[in-house]
Formats: sequence, structure tokens, C-alpha cells
Amino acid sequence: MRTKKWSILLVAVLVVSMVLAACGGGKDEGSTKNSSGEDAAKAEEQVLNFINGDYIPSMDPSKVTDEYGFQFVGATMEGLYRLGEDGEIKEGIAKGEPEVSEDGLTWTFKLREDAKWSNGDPVTAHDFVYSWQRAVKPETKSEYGPYMMAGVIKNADEISKGELPVEELGVKAIDDYTLEVQLANPTPYFESLTTFGTFMPLNQKFVEEHGENFATSEATLLFNGPFKLDIKDDNQNITQANEWKLVKNEDYWDADTVQLEEINFVVSKDPQTNVNLYNEGDIDRADLSADLVDQYISHDDYRIVPQASVFYLKMNQERKGEQTPLANKNIRNAINNAIDREALVNVLNNGSIAATGLIPKDFVTVPGGGDFREENGDFAAYDKDTALEAWNKGLEELGVDSIELELLTDDAEGATKTFNENLAHQLETNLPGLKVNIKPVPFKNRLQLDTDQDYELQVAGWGPDYLDPFTFLSLFVTDGGNNKMGYSNAEYDQLISETQTTTDQEQRYQKFLEAEKILLEESGIAPLYQRARSQLHSPKIQGEIINKFGATYEWKWAYVAE
Amino acid sequence: MARYILRRIVYMVITLFIIASVTFFLMKMLPGSPLKAEDKLTEEQKQLVLESYGLNDPVPVQYVRYLGNLLKGDLGISYNFDNTPVSDILIDRLGPSMQLGLYAVLVGTFFGIILGLIAAIFHNGFWDYTSTIIAVLGTSIPSFVFAGLLQYIFAVELGWFPVALWGEPKHMILPIIALAIGPMATAARFVRTEMIEVKGSNYIITAKAKGLSNLERVWKHGFRNALIPLVTVMGPMMINLMTGSMVIEKIFAIPGIGEQFVTSVVVNDYPTIMGTTLIYAFGFILILLVIDLLYGLIDPRIRVTGGGK
Repeated sequence: MRTKKWSILLVAVLVVSMVLAACGGGKDEGSTKNSSGEDAAKAEEQVLNFINGDYIPSMDPSKVTDEYGFQFVGATMEGLYRLGEDGEIKEGIAKGEPEVSEDGLTWTFKLREDAKWSNGDPVTAHDFVYSWQRAVKPETKSEYGPYMMAGVIKNADEISKGELPVEELGVKAIDDYTLEVQLANPTPYFESLTTFGTFMPLNQKFVEEHGENFATSEATLLFNGPFKLDIKDDNQNITQANEWKLVKNEDYWDADTVQLEEINFVVSKDPQTNVNLYNEGDIDRADLSADLVDQYISHDDYRIVPQASVFYLKMNQERKGEQTPLANKNIRNAINNAIDREALVNVLNNGSIAATGLIPKDFVTVPGGGDFREENGDFAAYDKDTALEAWNKGLEELGVDSIELELLTDDAEGATKTFNENLAHQLETNLPGLKVNIKPVPFKNRLQLDTDQDYELQVAGWGPDYLDPFTFLSLFVTDGGNNKMGYSNAEYDQLISETQTTTDQEQRYQKFLEAEKILLEESGIAPLYQRARSQLHSPKIQGEIINKFGATYEWKWAYVAE
Repeated sequence: MARYILRRIVYMVITLFIIASVTFFLMKMLPGSPLKAEDKLTEEQKQLVLESYGLNDPVPVQYVRYLGNLLKGDLGISYNFDNTPVSDILIDRLGPSMQLGLYAVLVGTFFGIILGLIAAIFHNGFWDYTSTIIAVLGTSIPSFVFAGLLQYIFAVELGWFPVALWGEPKHMILPIIALAIGPMATAARFVRTEMIEVKGSNYIITAKAKGLSNLERVWKHGFRNALIPLVTVMGPMMINLMTGSMVIEKIFAIPGIGEQFVTSVVVNDYPTIMGTTLIYAFGFILILLVIDLLYGLIDPRIRVTGGGK
């Protein structure tokens, strides 16, 4: 029996795959031309060709967790707002500014009445209620739902744990076009949060009609954003398509603004291949790996795209219940001052810049002031003498003359590997008596060791999930889920907790500034670098926005120049 | 014969069962969980999701459940690709890999045999050395180096073929050549060695005495014997290539299974790890069976007979 079933299944698989392979030919028909050339600078054909670094693992807004999922959910759907240039909040399904109650806890959004789903149904407040409830309730098995909504929307945390029924979630449709949201804490950045994939609306009827199959193929997707996803085979599983396109959604409420007719994507992972494709004119953008940067740095189309991800050295003060030498503030300060970040980013060679704090450069602006990073200054100065002084003082306090530390890193190849070796070497050279043992492990392994707090030094990083310093600074509160390095400072905890209840943005930011200062002046972490990517980028792409979080690229306002 | 095949099939099932079991327990020893936002979730949130997937059950319980589903022909749903049955992944990704591997083996073996024959006929002559050098280069230089070179020379510089991507016949040529060089070198070496050995054997001398020409001797009498060892190595070679060459697939952006194999391990996508391993094992065992049966066709001396004879 067993044999038979197995054989039949597998033979079927083999046969089908042969057949599929055999009829894989036939490329897309020529791209559609349009002749709306009212703008002289605009090219006749509004078509772009990109490669994508991988397949799309999910198009279900409640379940998306990765860069590409957020990218294509972002391009094909629209939440209450969209992000414009420099993180500016632009109108989406919501019309105008929300009405916020005195205590900052009740937000009322007026929705536009001309927004439609691609099946013709209107987009209503009920779609948001349904979607947000779906993202939070345990049955959905969403990872980002509870992560994004707990502590933000009233009762989200309790519902995700199954302690309250999902109807208790603080979101309600007053009427078809009025949405009222009850927050758990006044969350001044809530508008920016609603641009994020997890907060997209969903058409209940459509989702329930397709059940398990919702968002698995083009036929089971519904769009309300500037573009529609188009796969050659309507029924092919999205996650297995290696070619797809975004086509302009004519039913989008703001379709007049959208100029691109079509964006083609194909999966290709090898940087050298991508550069070759770029040089052949097959694609309009190619990301460069460190070894390719030297070759193309003087290319006309070379550019650096700064990102808001920050990498730092975690210094674990308590390993398996025992204090490590890193519990000593002087030892930590010594390590922080012994790192020559400029040398390290030269190794990375991809446009990354030395990090001088936890909050990245050009991420948020302090109300009534400048960039957060500039306002708070440099906490990561390379100063060998200061480092040595602190080091000797620390050794004396500990009563030892040498220390051996384990440095946990990802088992990366190429520039990242050299980076880790260089870092270890710098520390050993600048701090006599220090021995650093690099322990490279696979990513999942590193996360596990981090969770178990089983390491001493660790190269770790964080990318923001909304436009607020809280996304970074909440990491290191005492016993926080992502602290995992035994850092604890009552004053820091107090400040971070206060930012959750303070509605006045100026005061709030003062607290953030102060909290970062506390964390870094006692070297809770040692900042390393702020990541960037280097790429060849066709100058004909105009008006494209690079977001600081969520979907990487925004094409709503993009067009192809002559 | 039928009994022999039946017995082999029973062995196949047992082998697959052992492979499935060993892989399952090895896989469970991988650190971390299949959660994708593992670094963002709190411990409590993590446990909730793991619980809902049944991943907090004891490993033996999960094992029995997996085997149960397997018997029903259910390979499970991928953890990495939302709502995607593993069978879909196998169907979609095996196609290009198998197509590529099959052509590479055919092309490689064909030219390998020709090279080997030339070398054997002109033993110790100029053509022998030339084909030996080609074969040695083919064995020692990894296919991805060829792939890079081919892409650079024929796509970037000469523009005869597309740089990469998949879908049309013209996309297949460079990857097939890159992949075929290995099998070609192997085939050439085997054919040459065997042919030279066969050339000195008594029946060939007899054939010569009968007045058959050099070419006739090689073709009619020598070649068939020289094929036996080649068939032995061709099996594993074929399955290796058909289950995907990770690097070649990456370089030419081919939507194959090779890379998926590795990715699934990196992201702890348990059902996909199991699915790809089993399909690989199944293919391997199947090919070995076919090879054993082929022996009989080529060499009557090792034709398998039923137990009664």
C-alpha cells in the first residue's frame, strides 16, 4: 500500500514537472505602449524592469514578515495613509488628519468614499476592523500582528494570548466611512504605523470566500493600491512564481497620479549576474556586493542608498546566571572606545557609515530641532588612550590582568567575515590582555544563543518598524524581550516607560534623547555601523521614494524619464 | 525478474523510511525555530505561534504525526512560503532543474564518449593527449567557474546568448554547457580507459585477425563493453544534476530546486527540508534500480534471473 501510494505520488510529481518544464517557453508579449506624453521629460513607455532578490514568501497582509512581502503588499494595497518623501504622511484611504482625543487614546479617521477594491466593492471602515482583528487573533498564526499591535491597540496583547475575545479589539466602524481606534497608549506615531503592511484593510467577504487559499495566487488576491500584481498563470502559487509584474490599477482612487504602467520583476540572486543584466540593459537596477563596488564606484549610475538599520555590539553582562567581565562599566567603555568604526566601514565597502549612537542618522527629527542623531551627538568615539585608561581601571577593579571574550557573529562570507575579524583584531590590539574568540554561527543559531543569553559579545542589528525612536530604544529596557544582555538601568526604564504615556512630542523626544544618552554613556551597547546598499540605478527612474521602514520602494509617484 | 524488481521496491521503501526518520531527527536538532520574525517577537509571542503549529509537542509525537501524513501522501505546508504545499514547491522547482540536468547529462555523455573514443583510437597520439587534457580540465575546474566564464564571454562580450534568466530555449544553452562539462570529462575518461583495456583483449585480436577494420572493431566489439562502467557512474551523475546545481541555478537565475534545498535548511522550513530530501533520495534509489536493470541489457553475463533458476 505504502509503496504504491508513494510511487504514484512521486511518479505523478515527476511526470507533471517534466510536462511543466517542457511548456515553460513563451515570454511575455511586448509591453503596452501608452501615448499620454503630456510631460516632455516623460518617456513614452512607462515601463520598468527590476530583479527581485528572492521569491515573495507571502502576500497575506496579516502574515507578511519579510522585505519582499512588505514590498508587494505595499505596492498593491493601501492603508489609512501612505508614506511620501522623507517619511511624510500622505493621504491614503483616510481623508485628512484624524481626530485625536485629549488623552491621545481615541483616534477617529474619516475614510474616502471613492476607494474601491479591484472587484468593485467599496473600501470601508469594516475592512479595517476585520483585518486588524484577523492579524491579532491567535488562529491566524500571525507573527507581525501581535508584534505590531500589542501595546498599541487596546486589548491587542490580551487577544493575541487568547485571554479576550477578538471583538474586544480597540477598533470599530462607527459607520461605513468612519473608523474609531482605541489605543493602549497614546502613540504619536500611529499614523505612520497605519502605512505598514500589517495594517492594510481586508475585504471580509473575499477573504472568507477563499479561506485557506486567500492570497496564494493572483486569482485569490484583492487590491486597493496603486498597482495590481500580475502573474502569467492566474492560479500559480505566488510564492513559486519567479516572474511577475505590477500593472497600474485603474480602479485606484488616485489612479491619475500613478504614471507607471508596468513594472516587471524576475528573481535573480547573483550580484555579478545582476550587474551583467544591468549592463545589457535588461534591468534598471542592480544591487552591488562589496567586491563589485570597487569595480563600479566611478560608474555614472552608481549610487548609495542609506538605510535605517543599525548594527552594534551587544555586551552580555550576565551569562548563564553568572556575571561576565562586561558587567564592569569601565571594561564596556574601553571596548566602545577601542573600535575604529571608519576602518570597519571601509571593510564593508558598500556605503555603510560609522554609527555614533543607537538611533540612525536621518531617521527622525526632534520636534523643533534637527536630526535626532545630530541633536544627541557622538557616543562612539575612537580614542585609544581613553580606551586603555578605562581598560586598565576595569581590569584593576576586577582584579585580573587578562580577559578572554567570545564574539558571537553570523557565519557570513566575504566582507562581513572580514569585518568581524577586523573588529576582533582591533579590540585585541587596542586592549592589551584581551583575547577575543570569534564564534561564527548560522543566523538561526545566533538568535537562539541570543534568546538563551549564551554569549559574551555579539554583532547584532535592528531595523525600524515605524517612524519613532521607540522602535530602537525600547529594545534595552530591563528584561525586555530583545534585551537579552542583562542591561538594566532604572532611570532608562523610567524614561522609556514615560514616552509611552506622554502626548507632548517635544517632551517625549527629550526623554528619548536622555535615554539614549544613558544607554550609551555607560556603553550598554557599542554602536558599529549604519547599513547602506550600493547599487547601479538607471537615471531614467524618477520620483521613486525609498522608505525608511516597511516597503523599501514606493512607486506611486515614480515615472520613467526620457 | 518480476520478483527481483518487487524485492528491490520493498528495499526502496525501507530505505526511504530510514532516510525520512534520520532526516527528521537530525532536522529537529537544528537550532532555532521556523518562525520568520524570531528576532522581533517576545518569548511569549513565539511560544504561542509554535504552539499553534504543534511544534511544542515532544519530537517523537511530531515524528509519528509526520509519518502519518506522509503515508497519506501529505508532505505538509511550507513554513517559509505562506500557505504553499511542499508538493507545489517540488512540482514547480523540479521542472527546470530536471530539464537542465537531463540535457547536461545527455550532452556531456555524448561528447564525452566521442572524446574518449578518439583518445582510445589514437592511443598515445596527439588526439589522445588533447582529449585527455580537455578531460582533466573538465574534471578539475568546478562548473561555476565555467558558468562565470561562459556568461562573460558569450553573453556579456559576444552577446550571442542571454546573460541569465529562464523561459526560452536560448536561456538553456549556457547553463547546459556549464553543467555538461563535468559529465563530459568523466565519460571521456571512463570510455578511454575501458577502450584501451578492451583493445588488448583476445576477442578484439580475433576480430583483427578476421580482417575487421580498426573502426569496425572499436564500434562493434569494443564500445559496448566499455559502456558498463560508464553506466554505473552515469546514474549518480544524473541524479546529482537533475536535483539541481545550486550555484549554476543562482548564476543563471534559474528557478530550480537546488537552491531551495539549501534555503529550506537555513530557515528551518521543516516540511520543505523533508520534502526535498525525500524526493532526492527517491530519485537516487530509483536511478540505481534502473541502472541495475540496464546492466542486463548491456552485458548478458550479469542479467538478473529469478530466484528459481
